[in-house]
Amino acid sequence: MKIHIKNGRLIDPAGGIDAQKDVFIAAGRIVAVGSAPEGFAANRIIDATGLVVCPGLVDLSARLREPGFEYKATLESEMAAAAGGGVTSLACPPDTDPPLDEPGLVEMLKHRARHPGFAHVYPVGALTIGLAGARLTEMAELHEAGCIAFGQAHAPIVDTQVLQRALQYAATFNFPVWLQAQDPFLGKDGVAHDGEVATRLGLPGIPASAETIAIATILQLARDTGVRIHLTRISSAASLEMIIAARLSGIAATCDVSINHLHLSDADIAYFNPHAHLVPPLRAGSDREALRRGLAEGAINALCSDHTPVDDDAKQVPFGEAEPGATGLELLLPLTLKWAGEMQLPLGTALARITCDAARVLGIPAGTLAVGAAADVCLFDPHGSFEVTRESLKSQGKNTPYLGLTLPGRVRCTLIDGHVAFEGGR
Amino acid sequence: MRNPQLTKNGELQHLLTIDGLPREILTAILDTAAPFTEVAEREVKKLPLLRGKSVFNLFFENSTRTRTTFEIAAKRLSADVINLNINTSSTSKGETLLDTVDNLSAMQADMFVVRHAASGAPFLIAQHLAAMGLEHIHVINAGDGRHAHPTQGLLDMYTIRHYKRNFNDLVVAIVGDVLHSRVARSQIHALTTLGVPEVRVIGPKTLLPSEVEKLGVRVFHDMREGLKDVDVVMMLRLQNERMKGALLPSPQEFFKSYGLTADKLQCAKPDAIVMHPGPMNRGVEIDSAVADGPHAVILPQVTFGIAVRMAVMSMLAGA
Amino acid sequence: MQLPDAEGLCAALAERLRPGLHPDTALVGIHTGGVWVAERLHAALGLKTALGRLDVSFYRDDFSRSGLHPQLKSSDIPFEVEERPIVIVDDVLYTGRTIRAAMNEIFDYGRPARIDLAVLIDRGGRELPVCPRWTGEILQVEPGKNLQLERGEGNKLTLRLIDA
Repeated sequence: MKIHIKNGRLIDPAGGIDAQKDVFIAAGRIVAVGSAPEGFAANRIIDATGLVVCPGLVDLSARLREPGFEYKATLESEMAAAAGGGVTSLACPPDTDPPLDEPGLVEMLKHRARHPGFAHVYPVGALTIGLAGARLTEMAELHEAGCIAFGQAHAPIVDTQVLQRALQYAATFNFPVWLQAQDPFLGKDGVAHDGEVATRLGLPGIPASAETIAIATILQLARDTGVRIHLTRISSAASLEMIIAARLSGIAATCDVSINHLHLSDADIAYFNPHAHLVPPLRAGSDREALRRGLAEGAINALCSDHTPVDDDAKQVPFGEAEPGATGLELLLPLTLKWAGEMQLPLGTALARITCDAARVLGIPAGTLAVGAAADVCLFDPHGSFEVTRESLKSQGKNTPYLGLTLPGRVRCTLIDGHVAFEGGR
Repeated sequence: MRNPQLTKNGELQHLLTIDGLPREILTAILDTAAPFTEVAEREVKKLPLLRGKSVFNLFFENSTRTRTTFEIAAKRLSADVINLNINTSSTSKGETLLDTVDNLSAMQADMFVVRHAASGAPFLIAQHLAAMGLEHIHVINAGDGRHAHPTQGLLDMYTIRHYKRNFNDLVVAIVGDVLHSRVARSQIHALTTLGVPEVRVIGPKTLLPSEVEKLGVRVFHDMREGLKDVDVVMMLRLQNERMKGALLPSPQEFFKSYGLTADKLQCAKPDAIVMHPGPMNRGVEIDSAVADGPHAVILPQVTFGIAVRMAVMSMLAGA
Repeated sequence: MQLPDAEGLCAALAERLRPGLHPDTALVGIHTGGVWVAERLHAALGLKTALGRLDVSFYRDDFSRSGLHPQLKSSDIPFEVEERPIVIVDDVLYTGRTIRAAMNEIFDYGRPARIDLAVLIDRGGRELPVCPRWTGEILQVEPGKNLQLERGEGNKLTLRLIDA
């Protein structure tokens, strides 16, 4: 299949390109940008007039809910959501049921996901067996099965000695470790940021120090062990400052932020909106501002959807009892554009955080439209819009604090390895 | 976003929290409660306002005392009252909160009085009723988690107005476990909304919620300093489970620092009143000499509580 | 339409009541106009039992339709109702529903020996079997109009016709 994408505005942040250029695809790869290679006869011409043509999006965290939580979402439903959202590569956290702590589970997931039109799936393996924080998993085996990094999802390792050994062991093989910084004791019964809103609503609080204390521990151990550390979903201004300071002292830590923390604060809990129950909690407005700036400046490496489909039953309960998480695969691009617009950022800089920068954190050769790269492409209408409704969301999870809002940008076409995975949105 | 307890016309549809209610509505509730106090002195202590209506007391958390005051109020208004203690029945069988609400709605309920251990549960019920097109069913929050206990806050305001006439020149101190107290939150919102110029909270740092000063209160850790020249002392109950562990070393030490004694009460104005939402822990947060003394208005609070609940139920049923 | 003088009507009504009164008779005025008329009658007749006042809002039959009146007054019955002759006093008698509510309310205080009704104006339009024993004047008022008693300067009572 040879495809010619013509008349589009090509933005490839990895190559620093933002220009009117055509793209030529053959055998699942980019074969030329600008003018057609000699003798190129397209089977299909996609007219991208008025559209942005950019690398397919790379999402650092999307829960596909398989295995174990098929009543919340299935691989099929979430892969349709990914394609509809322009996402062509995604990492999935290990908190499935059972957790991704055995090579067989990872192989099964990779096998299920190997399907034309499905995004590339990069599992994050469990760092400890059952995410229980006691015994190490067979990381080398898991790596061979396809895990690109190891982590604990939302289950902090309580015993610091276990954490130290887990980091030492991962460092031995140069495996990256992705950790969510959360002190296991501070705010352990909490459900919202410990501040005015939680006080007003009578919700048990989680102080920002629950995150910074854990970050201090992780950064110290990262220095000692030399492990490649990535801090997932940071939520506070203080966390970002610590990471920046650590880099100055030579610890090459990376970090990401979710679309929810980039746009929302604890005030968005409003009248106990269970869709605003997230891990980590939405924090103060000043934290959000720091995260928005940090991402713009590149101090935060990537933006992710933190896609977490939750069934209605688990959300139709009082706020604190509601299962945390929000659906996000289809909101990653619109919320990136919204942030870019509000921060007056060049589109290329904004898109870098969800393409090449995210791919660099993942350690995969994706997020670029350079000649020779896999033909993972997203075509979107920057002047279109996406109305977030239960019906418009392809994900089985309808849980999002953005429900009812109209967001900028509309994905028109998604190509994965040169296959048209999604087309429409008009 | 519209306050879910108000109708499109700004009238009270449910009573879920005092936070965000306009002063006019609070004043209207207090004004309406006044004529209801007189009913208790009649031969027949019953009014026909809620005749033929069904009031469901939905108590997901046990509280005989609060349930009883709502039951009396509803019965004095001639409503049919159905009491459900749900922690012992359906939820243990896997039925969800909203399943229970759907079932009772199908039994032609007119009003739910809800007590729940989780903050926000009455909001969830009110929002669910709206989604189901059952706006004619009213919800009264009888205490949710640490969030709100609006009828308690209102009866406290009724008591203060009864003894002090006005709100606009008072200094009011709330003492004790503010962190876990829904009563304290409702009191703070009611006092600031009604125009009390100085509201103080007094307690150890372990029992005060973070950024509580943003609710419009002054924070004191020294009780004598905090009680200086106050007109009203509102004591809070200290739950048994808070007395041990890491929040407080012992009830004795708490009493020494924050228990209300006649001696500490001397710091307040000579005509100060002392209030308590009950049930009291004598010798922990309040000394018997004060609880039974001339400054205490704790029993009138209970009496006024019935009139205030009758007023709220009547206003909602007539909305 | 020429309306009668309210003060003159009060005086005339008092004289009509006088022969029918028992030494223990108590007057009960209905808020707000009925209370003003009852105050006039009470003074003119020199009754020794204190005047009663009723706000029948809690007993109205249209509560479920129109809710509670925003400015409620307390009912005040400062005497023993049991076995006492009572005269309910109101300004304008129309459908009779207010009188039904007032009688219900009085019975919640005890069992009176008898209840009579005195009104300043009977404007017809009854919807219940209610008949006053004493009437100041019978007036034909067209439906859609409200006849109201008002208290002005120097507490002077006057009648006024307004659109409903």
